[in-house]
Amino acid sequence: MTRRTVSRLRSWLPSGRTLVIAAPFLFLLIFFMVPFAAVVKISFADPQMSIPPYTPIVELKDDSLRISATLAHYRTVLTDALYVDSYLYSLEVAALTTLICLLIGYPACYLIARSDPSRRNLLLMAVMLPFWTSYLIRVYAWIGLLKNQGLINKFLLWTHVTGEPIKLYHNNWGLLIGMVYNYLPYLMLPLYAHLVKMDLTLLEAARNLGARPWQAFFTITLPMSARAIVASSLLVFIPAVGEYVIPEILGGSNSLMIGRVMWDVFSVNNDWPSASAATCALVLLLLLPMALFQRVQRREMTSGL
Amino acid sequence: MTRTDKVLGNAFLGLVFLFLYVPTICVVVYSFNESPLGTVWSGFSLKWYAALTTDDELLSAAWASLKIALATAFASVFVGTWAGFVLARFRKFRGLTLFTAMINAPLVIPEVIQAISLLLLFVALQQAVGWPARGMFTIWIGHTMLCVSYVAITVQSRLSSMDESLHEVAQVLGATPLRVFFDITLPLISQALISGWLLSFTISLDDVLMTAFLSGPESTLLPIVVFSRVKLGLNPEINALGTLFIAAVTVGVVVNNHLMMKRQRRRDLEMAALRSTP
Repeated sequence: MTRRTVSRLRSWLPSGRTLVIAAPFLFLLIFFMVPFAAVVKISFADPQMSIPPYTPIVELKDDSLRISATLAHYRTVLTDALYVDSYLYSLEVAALTTLICLLIGYPACYLIARSDPSRRNLLLMAVMLPFWTSYLIRVYAWIGLLKNQGLINKFLLWTHVTGEPIKLYHNNWGLLIGMVYNYLPYLMLPLYAHLVKMDLTLLEAARNLGARPWQAFFTITLPMSARAIVASSLLVFIPAVGEYVIPEILGGSNSLMIGRVMWDVFSVNNDWPSASAATCALVLLLLLPMALFQRVQRREMTSGL
Repeated sequence: MTRTDKVLGNAFLGLVFLFLYVPTICVVVYSFNESPLGTVWSGFSLKWYAALTTDDELLSAAWASLKIALATAFASVFVGTWAGFVLARFRKFRGLTLFTAMINAPLVIPEVIQAISLLLLFVALQQAVGWPARGMFTIWIGHTMLCVSYVAITVQSRLSSMDESLHEVAQVLGATPLRVFFDITLPLISQALISGWLLSFTISLDDVLMTAFLSGPESTLLPIVVFSRVKLGLNPEINALGTLFIAAVTVGVVVNNHLMMKRQRRRDLEMAALRSTP
């Protein structure tokens, strides 16, 4: 083969650059996007007692191509009280969790970022350490604290703050405490990473120009960390909406978050089409916050700030 | 900051750390509790640790979890580093938006969505070509998908904040891109890779949802066993297991932190020495 033929053949093959980009691209496409296609397809099917437990949408039977897609599941998911209530409740819990995490986490991050450089690393490690230990074990640990005979109630009774135990286990309070506890490090890490890189000279300048500390905070620090606040809040809010383990262990039977509903519909009822429709509805619901997160992340990635 | 500000600040931080650590401290303390009732202390005992060693269900699940976690860590570092490299090096290519969306989405998307969708993919595949059956392989893929994004983002941020001149010098001196990657890029991002590996390992070892959806009839992993026992309430053996976990992780994190600090200090000294030589 002549050199010219070889080089002509080679120009047909994808370049090295394309191959390098294509490999992870394909991996993500196959294991992230294609599954969504499967979910959408099955959400139009009907449940039936078979393996797999749903009807085929396109069928070749008796020499005719039958296409049967049902929208009934979407109607259920968008109107049935079970779904609508749990969507709303999930959003509510996620929003509350995010807010409380911010109220606790922002001051904590700020204080750590402004402390001595020698102590800073130790403090940060102390914050991240619980994050590395098993999340299941830590959520489980709250059971012993929240029960009526648990430590918190024992403490409250011992100090005579309350006359009888407060119900904190298997109800909405336990759920909220567990959620905040779990998601706090997720909020603090990106927020801290931003606050520690912040340019303090602007604050100095403000102080020199006569601003009081709180004034400087609200007019300079807070706006400058706006993007980090949004990113870390979304990092808490979006996954919190679909949380399953914490509501299951610490929540009550009436604190139905959408994650639990989807699990029950999928595994217990074996109703895959309804669960798929619920999945699509949840993705659509979260599309806006996710797009916002993507935008903030891309700015963060390209600006290097 | 005034004196009162400092005191208030320290008190607040103290409360936050109390909030973060009281549960883990309770787990550790009660793992040595003689009484099976979680909150009543009746004496020091190691019997729950002994019970762990005879608990076959837990032990075999733990072994399976360990294998999957190792496989996941290596796979997600492999794919994640590749993806992070692509994100950092190639500023513009067709499908960049989709690519970054696919990297960012698993970070935030509720796990139940990813679990259901992957399960449906595997079931559809099995219908079509008879493979794969739900089991270790599907769990491995699921866990890897959970972790790839973290590794990719870490690698991407490390690479984009790194000095490009080292790579340019190597290329000018005649190294092929592959050589540049393995000899220069990889050692420089090794720290990001290690932390990505550790993070993936931890996530995999601890995951309930994805595992529950993607496991087959014979494969039971540790988080599933723990979860089913924990749903029924307190379980003293779990306290012992949890303490072992916490101890292992604490040692790992402290050691890693110490090594990182030492490496950073050495790097700073080297840079200072380089700058001071004429």
